[in-house]
Amino acid sequence: MGNPCAVIGVGQTRYRTKRLDVSIAGLVREAALRALEDAGLTFADIDAVVIGKAPDLFEGVMMPEAYLADALGARGKPVMRVHTAGSVGGSTGVVAASLINAGVHDRVLVVAWEKQSESNATWALTTHPPYNASLVVGAGGYFAPHIRAYIRRSGAPDHIGTLVAVKDRQNALKNPYAHLRIPGISREMVESTPMLWEPIRYLETCPSSDGACAMVLASETAARRAPNPPAWVHGAAMRSEPIFFAGRDTVNPRAGRDCAADVYGQAGITEPRGQLDCAEVYVPFSWYEPMWLENLGFCGEGAGWKLTEAGATALDGDIPWNPSGGVLSSNPIGASGLIRFAEAALQVRGLAGEHQVDGARRALGHAYGGGAQFFAMWIVGSAKP
Amino acid sequence: MRDVAVVAFAQTDHMAEDSGLSEVELLAPVIHEIKERTGLQRFGFTCSGSCDYLAGAPFSFVSALDAVGAWPPISESHVEMDAAWALYEAWVRLQHGDVDTALVYGFGKSSQGDLRQIMTLQLDPYYLAPLGPDQVSLAALQAQAYLRRSGAKEDDLRAVATRSRAAGRANPRVPDLPEPAADDPYEIAPLRTYDIAPITDGAAAIVLAAGERARELCDRPAWIRGIDHRADAHALGARDLSRAESARLAGERAGATAATSAAAAAGIEVAELHAQFSHEELMLREALELGDDVTVNPSGGALAANPVMATGLIRIGEAAARVFDGTARRALAHAASGPCLQQNLVCVLEGAVDG
Repeated sequence: MGNPCAVIGVGQTRYRTKRLDVSIAGLVREAALRALEDAGLTFADIDAVVIGKAPDLFEGVMMPEAYLADALGARGKPVMRVHTAGSVGGSTGVVAASLINAGVHDRVLVVAWEKQSESNATWALTTHPPYNASLVVGAGGYFAPHIRAYIRRSGAPDHIGTLVAVKDRQNALKNPYAHLRIPGISREMVESTPMLWEPIRYLETCPSSDGACAMVLASETAARRAPNPPAWVHGAAMRSEPIFFAGRDTVNPRAGRDCAADVYGQAGITEPRGQLDCAEVYVPFSWYEPMWLENLGFCGEGAGWKLTEAGATALDGDIPWNPSGGVLSSNPIGASGLIRFAEAALQVRGLAGEHQVDGARRALGHAYGGGAQFFAMWIVGSAKP
Repeated sequence: MRDVAVVAFAQTDHMAEDSGLSEVELLAPVIHEIKERTGLQRFGFTCSGSCDYLAGAPFSFVSALDAVGAWPPISESHVEMDAAWALYEAWVRLQHGDVDTALVYGFGKSSQGDLRQIMTLQLDPYYLAPLGPDQVSLAALQAQAYLRRSGAKEDDLRAVATRSRAAGRANPRVPDLPEPAADDPYEIAPLRTYDIAPITDGAAAIVLAAGERARELCDRPAWIRGIDHRADAHALGARDLSRAESARLAGERAGATAATSAAAAAGIEVAELHAQFSHEELMLREALELGDDVTVNPSGGALAANPVMATGLIRIGEAAARVFDGTARRALAHAASGPCLQQNLVCVLEGAVDG
């Protein structure tokens, strides 16, 4: 993995349906300035900027990193733009950490964002490229059949998705940045909402959010001077596989399992449920919690829903998943992965506030994208590796 | 830094018209060729560069994976930038020391749309894009600013185009373009038709390898002695448009100029510059301190073929090819992104120092 890398600053915007008070540049700058404040730094201290967001068609700005260079104090500095579909926030974090691991830079600002109010993501994802059949309408239409396959395969009862939807929104009530904060959220409330894509109900999906998340990553030398406790990167990995081919397991994709094995190997983790204290995992549709519990090796195949049902993943469970409220509560798409990475870092820094998991020392940040084919993960810890 | 080299380069026969091939069909033969040439089927890391706006649909890079054969799953990433930046990311990844090879590729099919108009969409969406300036108009503004400051004349621009097109006609990979004529019409003054890179479809791939692995894979690896990239301000009014300041900085950081490495600067024999307009070549020569003794764009450069998103990577590949074949001991490659040379990447390549 090379040189050690630490998270010394985290900044988030409040996630909202529409941030009409700021431009795209204003939005990313807000998150960046908060991360710099946490790190006790200014733009002048930053060596390089890595920007991530989901498809440019979402806002209709092509390669927006060029335009954002000014707002992010990047004049005269290296600026990179990562795009790996929904996993992009995670990949952006991995690419930024890579610059520190490689010894190329000492302080890297990483920013990921989406301003969904300036776009229509479902429209932008419903494509008619000239040489391919259009198979999907938006992300929900694509993922619902995979969820149905999971239910059939695992024999999970119908209410598991509802439990996740309620649990993550209860957590969101403890996170001031969360977009969906629904007082009195309950199973009845979730079950009363319309069915969008069988078996996904309205309240079992993620919202469309405006928002940005930023982090300052630092070398060991730079981390030593940070005013607040750092989170150390214990492992980081990406994996990709093709979207369509006969025999591909879309319910339990191999790229996810391989990526987890890689990142666990780097961090010396053999038993994730016991050795990790919490996880921020990309769950945009409620049923992806039990599916990813299995894919990430927190339990055996077919047993993920039992962990959810038993409350193991609740904030007071033995392995809290998405204490921040997760993607189900805030979804500025391009930033959603980086928020998972940042929330994992906040947990091991002990700075997660009301949704802090007591004594969290090691946490997983996870993102996936495309047709559940792109994965990016990192493990952060309070101790230097 | 760990020694990393370009060990193989492959590219399409770049096409001036839509050939009916999809982006993944353009790319697949190139990936096949580079795997065959290196004998490698799997790479420690893979990174690509492409742009969704060329196809007008999200996720160009997703179907591109079909050309790579990403099974079992691969360690992979993508930049929405020219693939030269994908190469930079791969070079960084190889510095970690745990993997020894990387596949980098880029592809673009700009014949599918109106590139001039599409590039307008990368401008500041609130203050600049709504005014509708197209890519050529902005380049012409920069050309005017450069000519005024430097005293260069339109004849100097035509000389760049003439040399590039002649070199292009000698390069079997790029379409033949006729010799520029002094009375060719202005596209937007001072730029005439020949001063502007042609619309071209194409793809390219490079394999990087570290240390011993590079020597095993290539008789004469093109070692990366320095690589760096820098951004300038986006707002055109916020910079001196007549200078490529971020190219100068990147060159300095990559050890290409006398400010950081007099020896390297003195030894550069060949430069491949990502100049999409004639005046950009002159500006880049100035910023990178390339004297008249340096052979610039022997491939014909972007003015001969411009498969957008691969053009910068091809500059690195072409520079490396001059090292592979012994034509050059030290070569410089440059890639650009953003309006009016906003972002620049410089890579210095070298054959084995002791031969």
